[in-house]
Amino acid sequence: MFDNIIVSAAAETADKLSIGDAAITAVFGYAVVFAGLIILMIVLYCTGAIFKSKDAKAKAAAEAEAKKAAPAEPVAETKAELPLAPGSAGHVKLFDVPDKEAAMIMAIVADKMQKPLNELHFISIKEVK
Amino acid sequence: MDILETLKTLWESSGFNSFLIDGGWKNLVMIAVSCLLLYLGIKKKFEPLLLVGIAFGCLLVNLSYFTGGDTSDALYHVDLWDNFLDPNHADYHSYGAIMAHGGLLDILYIGVKAGIYPSLIFLGVGAMTDFGPLISNPKSLLLGAAAQMGVFLAFFGAILLGFTGKEAASIGIIGGADGPTAIFLTTRLAPHLLGAIAIAAYSYMALIPLIQPFFMNLLTTKKEREVKMEQSRSVSKTEKIIFPIIVAMFVILLLPSTAPLVGCLMLGNLWRECGVTERLSDTVQNALMNIVTIFLGISVGATTAADRFLSFGTIKIIVLGLCAFSFSTIGGLLVGKIMYKVTGGKVNPLIGSAGVSAVPMAARVSQMEGQKANPSNFLLMHAMGPNVAGVIGSAIAAGFLLAVFK
Repeated sequence: MFDNIIVSAAAETADKLSIGDAAITAVFGYAVVFAGLIILMIVLYCTGAIFKSKDAKAKAAAEAEAKKAAPAEPVAETKAELPLAPGSAGHVKLFDVPDKEAAMIMAIVADKMQKPLNELHFISIKEVK
Repeated sequence: MDILETLKTLWESSGFNSFLIDGGWKNLVMIAVSCLLLYLGIKKKFEPLLLVGIAFGCLLVNLSYFTGGDTSDALYHVDLWDNFLDPNHADYHSYGAIMAHGGLLDILYIGVKAGIYPSLIFLGVGAMTDFGPLISNPKSLLLGAAAQMGVFLAFFGAILLGFTGKEAASIGIIGGADGPTAIFLTTRLAPHLLGAIAIAAYSYMALIPLIQPFFMNLLTTKKEREVKMEQSRSVSKTEKIIFPIIVAMFVILLLPSTAPLVGCLMLGNLWRECGVTERLSDTVQNALMNIVTIFLGISVGATTAADRFLSFGTIKIIVLGLCAFSFSTIGGLLVGKIMYKVTGGKVNPLIGSAGVSAVPMAARVSQMEGQKANPSNFLLMHAMGPNVAGVIGSAIAAGFLLAVFK
């Protein structure tokens, strides 16, 4: 069909393309764009699935490794007992907010308030859904 | 020395005299048009990086090339390029003739004619584009495809208005909202329409914030516009490196005529993502992109010689271009609405309009309209997916039209 359209269109490009041929070319062209991008979408889903399963495996392995190592370690300092870095002020509770985003939000707030970050006390950051 | 005779010769060789000879008034009109374009580029900031160059190229050619006058000192020679395209002429496809007899803009235009500048611009675009939002949400590709509707409707409309197949294909691609692609296709299929098509494409791209919101508000409900989309998954470095290789292989195998555009787009992106070619990525994003933009703008502007540009055909192209942009926006929005329904309201249909390439302007418009409906809405990254998908989609559309009509 693609060959027919090319031959038919090429034969007529010197002059005018008939309305029927133009309509077929337009519909077929739109379909080709869709088909091309749908196949690309499938390819991307497949590669994405491979990477996701790889990530999941790596995560599971890391967790298993951590569990194995945990009993051997002495029950020492909890996070709260760790010595604070100079200028630290309190601990922020994060609800559905990744660390990176929390850091970014704190930096933006400090910038807007024109206060050094270590003079501000953030209690919690929660994503409002 | 006969002073009077010398003065007469000076007058006759001047451009001022050429305004008075047959058709010279058209040059005056085009000079006014170029001043208007300069105003839009400088004052209104309509795609200034390209429009200022295009407008000045238009000014230069209409100051130096008069159809009825002496063209020996012209910067751009329409007649030389007519000979270049005429199979019966001795200078058919002879770049040597252009180099020997052409002016500065003729020589710069060789880069447009050979498809070098648009491809190099795509190299820079690839190096500047983060395909992460598209990789994390491949469904965006559907919106990028849907937003090519205007390309094919404008193509059909152009046929109805009496253009040839090649001309209609070049006019239709304005709907892809992708300047380099439009220039690339037009130089191959209908080079005599290049000036009008390039100006229409870049002007409408600049007018996206004015054109799209009307259709976005018309075709979506407030409830749809308020939808907050979930955060997409994070994309690994390896995925970003593999992406340009996969796309290049797949799209070029599907449509070999897209090789210059898609190949350069993906090479630029690979340089950006692979992490070992920062210098090259930096060069194509900045120095090379700027140099090519200078050459592309001024040489495209040179194709607007008065006797070719001032025609009823140009008005038809401007109108069809607007239709192409509008229908591309509508196509993206309609598929966005379908995705909203299918996903049970998880997709905000406003991101559909971003499928019309025009990176990142169209995505910004989706963000702005989304935020108007719901101030806590952040659609920008979600809209970047369809936006970059539109670049690939318009390259495929151009490849299809090139395969059919070349």
